Amino acid sequence: MPDYNWPDAEHRTLIGKRISRVDSPVKVSGRAKYTYDYHGANMLFGKVLRSSYAKAKIVSIDTSAAEKLPGVKAVEIIQKAGSTVPWAGDEIVAVAAVDESTAEDAVRLITVKYDPMPYLVSDAEPPAGAGEAAGPMSQDDIDDAVSNQVPDVQLTKYLQELGVSFKVDDDFLKEMQGEGASEAVLAAIRQAPYHPATSGGHSNYQKTATQTSGDPDKAFAEADVVSEGLYGAPVIVHCCLEPHGSVSEWTDKDHLFTHISTQNVSGIAAQMAEPLGVSAANIRIHQDNIGGGFGSKFAADRWDIAAARLSKKAGGKPVRIMLERDSELKVAGARPSAYARVKMAAKKDGTITAWQSQSWGTGGPGGGGMPPIPYVFGIPNQHKEHVAIRNNIGPARAWRAPNHPQAALITMGALDDLAAKLNMDPLDLWLKNLEITGPRREVYREELAVAADLMGWKEKWRPRGQNISGNMARGLGLSIHTWGGRGHASDCDLTIHPDGSVDIKIGTQDIGTGTRTTIVIVAAETLGIPIEAINLYIGDTLYPPSGGSGGSTTPGGVSSSTRRAAVDAREALFAKVAPALNAQPADLECMNRTLRVKSDPSRSLDWKQACSKMGAMPITARGHNDQVASKNHPDLTNSGVGGVGMADVEVDIETGVVKVKKMVAVQDCGLIIDLKLAESSCYGALTMGIGYALFEEKIMDQATGRMLNPNMEFYRLAGLNDIPELVVHMMTGKGYDERGVIGLGEPPVISPGAAIANATANAIGTRVSFLPLTPDKVLAALSQKNMTQKAGA
Amino acid sequence: MQDYDPGKDEPKEKVDNSGVSRRDFLKISTISAAAVPILGTRVVQAAGQPVKVYGPGKVPVELTINGQKHTLQLEPRVTLLDALRDQLDITGAKRVCDRGECGSCTVLLDGRAVYACSVLAIEAQGKAITTVEALMQGETLHPIQQAFVDNDASQCGFCTPGFVVAFKAFLDQHPNASPEEIRRGLSGNLCRCGTYHGIQLAIAQMAQKGA
Repeated sequence: MPDYNWPDAEHRTLIGKRISRVDSPVKVSGRAKYTYDYHGANMLFGKVLRSSYAKAKIVSIDTSAAEKLPGVKAVEIIQKAGSTVPWAGDEIVAVAAVDESTAEDAVRLITVKYDPMPYLVSDAEPPAGAGEAAGPMSQDDIDDAVSNQVPDVQLTKYLQELGVSFKVDDDFLKEMQGEGASEAVLAAIRQAPYHPATSGGHSNYQKTATQTSGDPDKAFAEADVVSEGLYGAPVIVHCCLEPHGSVSEWTDKDHLFTHISTQNVSGIAAQMAEPLGVSAANIRIHQDNIGGGFGSKFAADRWDIAAARLSKKAGGKPVRIMLERDSELKVAGARPSAYARVKMAAKKDGTITAWQSQSWGTGGPGGGGMPPIPYVFGIPNQHKEHVAIRNNIGPARAWRAPNHPQAALITMGALDDLAAKLNMDPLDLWLKNLEITGPRREVYREELAVAADLMGWKEKWRPRGQNISGNMARGLGLSIHTWGGRGHASDCDLTIHPDGSVDIKIGTQDIGTGTRTTIVIVAAETLGIPIEAINLYIGDTLYPPSGGSGGSTTPGGVSSSTRRAAVDAREALFAKVAPALNAQPADLECMNRTLRVKSDPSRSLDWKQACSKMGAMPITARGHNDQVASKNHPDLTNSGVGGVGMADVEVDIETGVVKVKKMVAVQDCGLIIDLKLAESSCYGALTMGIGYALFEEKIMDQATGRMLNPNMEFYRLAGLNDIPELVVHMMTGKGYDERGVIGLGEPPVISPGAAIANATANAIGTRVSFLPLTPDKVLAALSQKNMTQKAGA
Repeated sequence: MQDYDPGKDEPKEKVDNSGVSRRDFLKISTISAAAVPILGTRVVQAAGQPVKVYGPGKVPVELTINGQKHTLQLEPRVTLLDALRDQLDITGAKRVCDRGECGSCTVLLDGRAVYACSVLAIEAQGKAITTVEALMQGETLHPIQQAFVDNDASQCGFCTPGFVVAFKAFLDQHPNASPEEIRRGLSGNLCRCGTYHGIQLAIAQMAQKGA
């Protein structure tokens, strides 16, 4: 059998080096085409009328005036009279017209009568005792759990215990499979007991977890030190710069061609097939580039289906619906909030003995699950309760490392407060308790040492509130995190042509993470040719299917399938060329554009000459990576990384402004394909982390039920001037490289918020409970601290 | 051509406000509303000054983009950004916030950086419009573009053309700017992937070149 294993360090000429992103030139020149840039011939412009109420029954819809407006070509009612809209901004009617302004005019001519209903858009702490016991899971509950990557073990347990409130059918299973549900979860859904939902009141508060392990009561009673605190992160949004949307056209009455902004090229057609009543095989999906997704673009959304239906009504003409900025922020994805009151117990020496938490949060109408707390640290005695708030803020979607940044903020914050109470340097507390962090503990130890060195932790760290000069308080904070990152299922076709050209076809997408670069590096390394010699085709259902880009699964998936395809194609080429070199195929190797005999490198052919020996027919090989590790021989990808984030902040205690001065990220991700791009992923994650730590929040208006800041002025992203010195260190070499390829999109974005929050507490001497760390919250925490001190004096 | 003094007599029909966008409103609120749709341009008196009035309805618009003249029929409410993207398929400038907050639509108007989402196409007539597409010399990247490539200053790439154009405008006007000054000069542009570190390195590379 050919040797698919990754080449070892001395045989790697491209893998692991710093190679520039292959699609940078096309991006910096403005030539890169995105879905929003596609303009089909005779294209119509679609616009959507959205609900202005947070919850309401639709009484009537009158589209007659819109239909009569010159230039309007089709009207599609998305939600009929009688439906209940669950959030402000929900889609009701879509129209298509010859130009955008006519479509906007038409939307304004539609009259919808609503019967407004009581709504909830708050995610404040539930009243004591609130929360009905969890009932059977609805389709929405399961959908929500799958898209938020609730661990399989947890979800299958819920399904067994709670049952389901609906009759499970194949369509639903298929849908969940499309969203990434594992075989274990699908089986659990199939086997879950059916409990029809009882009618009547549907509380906004649902107890989704009450878990006890060990003996927390005893541990708290015997503790030397008990620390308590309140921690939380609000709902934030994805704010992809390219909004969600698509352009659909019927090329004949049975065939749809859709350009769509998606992280899931190979998975979209199956989602559109049923609502449109055509087979998935008749739907072609295409995307060259995507302007950001971050977890929010896996689905064919309602507006995408509407665009395809409008196109059908308009005789097949292309119809474009791209969301306006306000809609993008209101309805196209949000990260669930998570808040917790935490109590921790420890021995004098810092050994953590117990955890207790009452947590709550919202992911919109589905409520959402408990984040994985305590995070990373497997504390022996635990008691946890979680209440999910089902409200009308809009839908949640996977947001880069679903649930982990919230879990890190809560857990690492509680640990940091415990360290303060113990008068310990947090770094020492973390090190002291690494034994309970599981299989990555030695990696954390190594990474913490590297990070501390890069931050100058030991020189700079002072106890809380003891590094203040004038108005300026300085502080350090840290956090650690984990993620899976195993490669997804992926097929790759690699063809070597008799003229020496090589092309690769793979139905993946490059969401800005460098997927194109990863694929060509692996192929070029395997074939011994330069990366420029490879023509890569991605982003189309014409190519072999490859998984959606979520959960850091793409690098492992595409690198494995590409490696296998390239090795097989290379072996086939060796077989054809061996006679010309008077050698056995097994004796051949290729490097530096040359195919040669291993034992006698003087017997060689350059790449082009070698390929000319294959005859008229090209060689095509398909490489496959299976999602299930045991089906890959050998397995070229792996799961499970650890990482460290450290922050150094300066807080102006007069104005409450927090400024990050330096951040350090130390991260492992197995065998790195491109060091330059791996570091970029970390720099980007630190930057996003600064954004959600200091600025970002989806602010809901309690009086109207609408989002107050659906724009880029008041939903603030970090800017160039918010970015301090960023230091990234990737763990490589022995112990890391031989693990195989592991994805990197999620892990480095997990710790920054927790590290910045902890650094702020270290600087000002008190905890600011909730992100974002805006001046009002910082000043309120400082004033609370002063009052407490005065009262104590 | 007719003179119309809004103080003297009321127009017989008012323009239906429901069909007027924010930008239309800004434009017409300083003058007045036209009574009947008339194609082409008229001049009216507003605050004692003669002001050109377009539309409503489509009017001929002539734009000079990257040195090339284009004649279009556009409603006066169409922005320069939408004219570029939807009428001419010049798509380097991106539509993101559509209200002058993010800089992704940055183009040059007579050499100065503007947000194309906040300029009406009719206002850009008679000016030299330069988009990111004009920055390359043949197949050679502009040094700013090369600095972005060298320092991996783009991920998804959607904000990148706006940054590159804003960068060029700033350097053209401040050829000896320090990295700190350039960074402030680019603070009107936003990125979501978090490419600022790469952009800072690109800034350092360009500042070194200029010095």
